[in-house]
Amino acid sequence: MSLKPKVSDRDHIQGNNSADLTIVEYGDYQCPHCGAAHPILKEMMAELGAQIRFVFRNFPLSEMHEYARPAALAAEAAALQGKFWEMHDAIYDNQQNLSTRFFVDLAEQLNLDVEQFKNDMQKESLEEKVEGDFESGMMSGVNGTPTFFVNGQKFDGGAEDLVQMLHEN
Amino acid sequence: MLQKNDVAPDFTLYATPDQKIKLSEFKGHNVILAFYPADWSPVCSDQMALYNEMLKYFKKYDAEIMGISVDSKWCHLAFAQSRKLHFPLLADFEAKGEVAKKYGVYDDDEGECKRALFVIDKEGVIQWSYLSPTAVNPGADGIIEALENLK
Repeated sequence: MSLKPKVSDRDHIQGNNSADLTIVEYGDYQCPHCGAAHPILKEMMAELGAQIRFVFRNFPLSEMHEYARPAALAAEAAALQGKFWEMHDAIYDNQQNLSTRFFVDLAEQLNLDVEQFKNDMQKESLEEKVEGDFESGMMSGVNGTPTFFVNGQKFDGGAEDLVQMLHEN
Repeated sequence: MLQKNDVAPDFTLYATPDQKIKLSEFKGHNVILAFYPADWSPVCSDQMALYNEMLKYFKKYDAEIMGISVDSKWCHLAFAQSRKLHFPLLADFEAKGEVAKKYGVYDDDEGECKRALFVIDKEGVIQWSYLSPTAVNPGADGIIEALENLK
């Protein structure tokens, strides 16, 4: 199964944007497996970030996880102020504390314009971004979270398997 | 296993402890049948929980999704409540696996349904079917593509 659509400048990208290796994660901010994967991925990027273009796309399982969608919107709202990855990390680092109020606290801690952040969280365009990510995951064969794609092909395994594969190659 | 252009065998199965669903009553709508081995698989990778997130996309194609396993109506009720599922789970319970056998997706060794998907059109004809390895959640991309091709 392959990734649709391809990675573009609509995506949140870290690492080396011109690297030959692209890893896409479809994740849910409240999913415990994604939470467990987060430090592994951080370590992977610290070590190999110069060789990897890493992309995160939202795949909130909203029926299962009450705060998955609000968290996705919080990260997207932070992105409008240039702090997507900071919010992304802060949410995963505090996964057990998620609440509506907590996203605002995080915005304060990240020195965002909080009023702007609150307004942006309500924006239809952010809903559409999150929904668009979910839809692309659905079309690409995402069957749970996290799901990884390596150079556009679905990777059959978790974050640890991914790191192991990178070390072997 | 039944394939494209086979007529979908009709059936009547319990969807709740006091309500049965008859497939032929859905003529005029597309139907997705998702046979799966058992309720209560791990949460974040659960196939039924995944489809539960995608109901509005299925609706766009005028498609109703139904899960089918050999679990009883009471087991389905508890599972559906636990996972907040908003679509029916059908109990292929008595005679056990009878419907799965008609569709050619019963696993005799395990006494469970195989993990199989069918997309049935508005006339009750199978337009797509897919057998997944039992341990692999097949996701929804194949279903959406099949529904797209019906248009």
